[in-house]
Amino acid sequence: MSEDNRALGPGGSASRAEAEQAWTQAGGGGDHRRLTRLQRLTARFGRGTVIGVPYLWLLLFFLLPFLIVLKISFAEFRIGVPPYTPLLAWLEGGYIQVKLAIGNYLFLLQDPLYVTAYLNSLKVAFFSTVFALLIGYPMAYAIARASPSWRAVFLLLVILPFWTSFLIRVYAWIGILKNNGLINNALMALGLIDDPLPLLNTEFSLYVGIVYSYLPFMVLPLYATLERMDVSLLEAAEDLGCRPFKAFLTVTLPLSMPGIVAGSMLVFIPAVGEFVIPDLLGGADTLMIGKVLWSEFFNNRDWPVASAVAIAMLVLLVIPIVIFQHYQQRQAERAEAS
Amino acid sequence: MGTRSVFLVSALAFGFAFLYVPILLLIIFSFNESRLVTVWGGFSTKWYAELFRNEQMLEAALVSLRVAVTSATIATVLGTLSALMMVRFGRFRGRLLFTGMITAPLVMPEVITGLSLLLLFVSLDTMIGWPAGRGVDTITIAHTTFCMAYVNVVVQSRLAGLDRSVEEAAMDLGARPFKAFMVITLPMLGPALVSGWLLSFTLSLDDLVIASFVAGPAATTLPMVVFSSVRLGITPEINALATLLVLVATVTILIAAGVMWRQERERERAVTKALRAERGD
Repeated sequence: MSEDNRALGPGGSASRAEAEQAWTQAGGGGDHRRLTRLQRLTARFGRGTVIGVPYLWLLLFFLLPFLIVLKISFAEFRIGVPPYTPLLAWLEGGYIQVKLAIGNYLFLLQDPLYVTAYLNSLKVAFFSTVFALLIGYPMAYAIARASPSWRAVFLLLVILPFWTSFLIRVYAWIGILKNNGLINNALMALGLIDDPLPLLNTEFSLYVGIVYSYLPFMVLPLYATLERMDVSLLEAAEDLGCRPFKAFLTVTLPLSMPGIVAGSMLVFIPAVGEFVIPDLLGGADTLMIGKVLWSEFFNNRDWPVASAVAIAMLVLLVIPIVIFQHYQQRQAERAEAS
Repeated sequence: MGTRSVFLVSALAFGFAFLYVPILLLIIFSFNESRLVTVWGGFSTKWYAELFRNEQMLEAALVSLRVAVTSATIATVLGTLSALMMVRFGRFRGRLLFTGMITAPLVMPEVITGLSLLLLFVSLDTMIGWPAGRGVDTITIAHTTFCMAYVNVVVQSRLAGLDRSVEEAAMDLGARPFKAFMVITLPMLGPALVSGWLLSFTLSLDDLVIASFVAGPAATTLPMVVFSSVRLGITPEINALATLLVLVATVTILIAAGVMWRQERERERAVTKALRAERGD
């Protein structure tokens, strides 16, 4: 029976019929001939519920909303409830008129504000990811090489900030970076500067905020791959006369690539659409696409343009999201195989 | 060897200082007498008293708690079911689509999730009259949807590492799959369920962007109140609130880690004992 179930893993090729048979077999313990019709029905019903409920939930509350965003991005703004024009109109004689307004997308392309915001978001997300990697990699490496009891403590310390409010951790930096904040006060008290350095509401504070908030997301997947790595490979390289730094470059770094990819995606993708950090720590001239979408929606109340901004952002993020999902899938399969 | 370990230790020290100094400063300045958040004016707990007199804040905190408890509970059930189907059901029709839908919320920018759910609720409202107005219910649904993705990851990794032989033994002894799941699998999943629930609870309590989109005028969550007061400038009251939140999070995590560690050890001990008895030692 265990053989049957193993064949059902993602790598197996069991058909639906076989899967159902295995499931009902399991219901009867060793002797499946004694299964009653009723038992088989309940088993099938159980399987149906397990698949059906989360599936329906996600179809309704995850997929359908995107289709609606897509639909509304082709509508036109109007004053009323709802604040957009319908795409379909019934004409006399039973015809349906479909009106797709691509004006929103043209508007995004023509207005330099949006193009700049997209490019700037990508730039900020990219450099934040690089900084997070530079800080996070040595941390993950050091944790993976620590003794088991220290490892548990360090991991807890990495995870803990993640459990405290994100908004409040961003807020903490305002008090540190502002003109009469802690850094400026300390530097002036030491006599190093006469006038406060402009730290808050600059690119610098924006990067500090993003790297600070997303650092745990970088460290954890890196740690997971580094911890699993076979140390004897490194020892072999060093025994054969490889310098430690070269051994790191040729052995450790390539082997930790899955962690680097996962961590980078976990930082890069949400950072592109980040709203809170650019709003609280970035400057007034900091253009990021999440902030643009927010103000398009809340300040201008233009839902169709906000939807078009969202769709354009998704198109931008499709490649990194697919890479991330591919990686997640591989991780899950590897965990099952081991 | 020497330079390498010095480098690693300083990397760790720098990383943890970066993560913890801002939080520590927040806590220290929550006890500051002065209204200026960055100048020390003597020890005082008056900001805590002020916090507990702030009715808007308290009301929002209650709304947030209600949403967090409900959505964490539903998300734990749905996330566990999804993990079960990802790990145990092999290939089923629409597996690829489901995999996409359950992992995408992990990285989806919040503004997109928030906007899309709001547009869904508005469309449903005009079409079938539900949800009439937006408030606690719509925030709960939105939070459940992204939290179940996190629960799915946590439970899935636990489920994949689980020893199936105990479950199979129960079924060989005549337990039906449902009973075997309830009696054997669910207790073994226990730690994952607890951490999945706690994670969902925290994520829900913490969310500003999605709640801002889907909340109607009827409901305001704690992060929404904090955000609007932070935008107006920093106040020591927020520092006091931050300190309380950090305290609660730390205590909960430590207790949960302790309980899980103990349960795990007891379970391992029981398994070794059973194996030993089987061998006839």
